[in-house]
Amino acid sequence: MKKVLIILLLFNINTSKVYSIEPDVFIQSTVNRASQILSKNISKQEKINQLKSIAKDTVDIKGLGFYSLGSARKNLNESQKIEYFKLFEDYFLKSFSSRLAEYTNPEIEVNSKKVLNVNYTIVNSVLVGTSERPEIKIDWRVYTKDPKNPLIRDLIIEGLSLARTQKEEFSSILNSNDGNINALFKTLKKFSKN
Amino acid sequence: MLMYEKFVITLISIFLLSFNAIAGSSGELVLSENEKPKKIKDCFEKLNRVTFSFNQGLDKAIITPIAKGYRKLPDPIQRGTGNAVKNLSTLITIPNNVLQGDLKTAAINTGRLVVNTTVGLLGIIDVANKIGFPKYVKEDYGQTLGAWGVGPGCYLVLPVLGPSTIRDTAGSFANVLGGDPWYNASIHGNNEFLNEGVFLTSKALSGIEFRANNIESFDNLEKNSLDFYSSVKSLYLQDRENKIENQNRGNIEVIYKNEEDWEEIDSQ
Repeated sequence: MKKVLIILLLFNINTSKVYSIEPDVFIQSTVNRASQILSKNISKQEKINQLKSIAKDTVDIKGLGFYSLGSARKNLNESQKIEYFKLFEDYFLKSFSSRLAEYTNPEIEVNSKKVLNVNYTIVNSVLVGTSERPEIKIDWRVYTKDPKNPLIRDLIIEGLSLARTQKEEFSSILNSNDGNINALFKTLKKFSKN
Repeated sequence: MLMYEKFVITLISIFLLSFNAIAGSSGELVLSENEKPKKIKDCFEKLNRVTFSFNQGLDKAIITPIAKGYRKLPDPIQRGTGNAVKNLSTLITIPNNVLQGDLKTAAINTGRLVVNTTVGLLGIIDVANKIGFPKYVKEDYGQTLGAWGVGPGCYLVLPVLGPSTIRDTAGSFANVLGGDPWYNASIHGNNEFLNEGVFLTSKALSGIEFRANNIESFDNLEKNSLDFYSSVKSLYLQDRENKIENQNRGNIEVIYKNEEDWEEIDSQ
């Protein structure tokens, strides 16, 4: 009986370790998946579709959507929230995958990580330089509240945060339209349709 | 330069900085320990957007075609040009290292300038880099003002030159008020080799070199932005914050100093 308990205990410890994913391993595996797609001899649209699927698995799109909206998120009613998330997801997936699809055969090396707190780890990586472009530093802000399911919340390219840029872009659109959320919805729709 | 020109530039600089001080007191970027960074105001947004459109037109009609042509030049020529304009920029970086109290880097950059200008054939070859000098980091008078605690003031888009702030524009006036030895030697040097044309050509090459290195990035950003003007503004201001803080990977504390948004989202 004692042996069985010990085995069960060990199994339990072991399985909990198996399911916890280190943020740097998570990022390296994500960029490897993306890199494989970008190296494939398939159409650009097909690449975009496959990159969208990776982004859905690995990015906290809902959290990012809330963040991008800034304080305006507090004024949304339930139906507006539902509409916003649909529009934001379409916009984000298109924008994110189109940006990545421009790169052919990118090689990203994960170098180090810095645990900020229980919720966040910054993973440092570089996009390896080629004869056509210099090396580019890319840091990933990984949300680790659920260690079994880490999610990307931001990309910081050469010190420039994409989440912050997106938030300021949304804020500018709202400010130019007297805070009218429908103007932002319209802009998001237009972007996704084009 | 004529005396009255210097007087006018000094007056404009004083005006810009005093305006900046007023704007700063009404809520510009402050990064003290206990305060979160406040948003930089876009006081002249309508005018800025018009200037931005003008710059985009100029960029598409003239600058991008030249930059694309430049990219077709043989690699050694592009590399040599890039090195030469970078070498000239050390003439502005060194006094700014001193003004920021970083004497060690000022000494290193002086060594870099001497080696590259002599052995490196007027900066065409970056010998200092090959023999192991530390990585070169540009500094300018806008950064020095920032390091001294002067707030950025309102965001500005300058014709041809692009994004700036009141502080950075005021800082760049220091170049023509004696702060740029290359400008002084070209314009007032009284020698047969340098003149205004040489100075302007070097500045134009610097701009074209920058544009040629960023053709795809700019196209990509424009294509995937909801509001290109706002994206460029955000990226410019983030970049300046990093440069003033001397953070080449970005300063996590600055980027995420305002954590309330994420914290609120986490608790929902």
